[in-house]
Amino acid sequence: MKRRIFLKGSLAAGTVAVAAGAGLLAPARVLAATWPEAAFAAKTEADALRAFFGDAAVVDSDKVSLKAPLQAENGAYVPIKVMTSLTDAEAIAVVVEKNPVPYVTSLQMTVVAGGMYSARIKMAQTSPVNCYVKAGGKLHKVSQEIKVTIGGCGG
Amino acid sequence: MATTKMKIKKNKAGGHDVMVLAKHPMETGLRKNKKTGEKIPAHFIQTMEFALNGTVVAQANLGAGVSKNPLIGIAIAGASSGDTVSVNWIDNKGEGDSAEKAVK
Repeated sequence: MKRRIFLKGSLAAGTVAVAAGAGLLAPARVLAATWPEAAFAAKTEADALRAFFGDAAVVDSDKVSLKAPLQAENGAYVPIKVMTSLTDAEAIAVVVEKNPVPYVTSLQMTVVAGGMYSARIKMAQTSPVNCYVKAGGKLHKVSQEIKVTIGGCGG
Repeated sequence: MATTKMKIKKNKAGGHDVMVLAKHPMETGLRKNKKTGEKIPAHFIQTMEFALNGTVVAQANLGAGVSKNPLIGIAIAGASSGDTVSVNWIDNKGEGDSAEKAVK
């Protein structure tokens, strides 16, 4: 009887090990040209983050900075620039809370690529823009509200 | 159809900034044709890969929330003169384009 319990236990442990292995392999898969469809399909910020980063603690950080206008005249072109001094940054994601698709864009990078990502994004309405940088298993967050006078989604 | 331009500049951190301008409509799929009332199908760039001397160093994931004719910038540390930086993008219809430039 005890032997049976032991076997069951080791089987369960085996599954955990496989799951951990898959988790460890994830960084290698990072640059395999897959488009994170689940993150783009997510309707809320939390879902999108979970789909893209997995579960990670969010911390406000001064090592990440966001350069963006306080007010955008045209929501179809909002230039943003995310910079980070974190040397072990793995990925950057830009989330606009009130867009129909909150998860706007992201960058996955290797050590060779420095901590900068800039893009022009569309914003449907005035909304906080949240940028997340994943480094050392944590999500470093920086946020700024951008006022939009003309929306850019759906024209 | 598509044109892709790339610029490489030195940045303050000692690395290089790579800016890519891809000509693309970036349709969200939410917009409607005003005359017929039909929805304009989504058409946007999904992935943009940056490579330094043939090795992929970064991949940008774009959605329909990125502006028309996207201008994407990343930084590359450790590139030296003569190295080639290339970019390769693919959209949701499987179309793509690439550009290549040498670091000055």
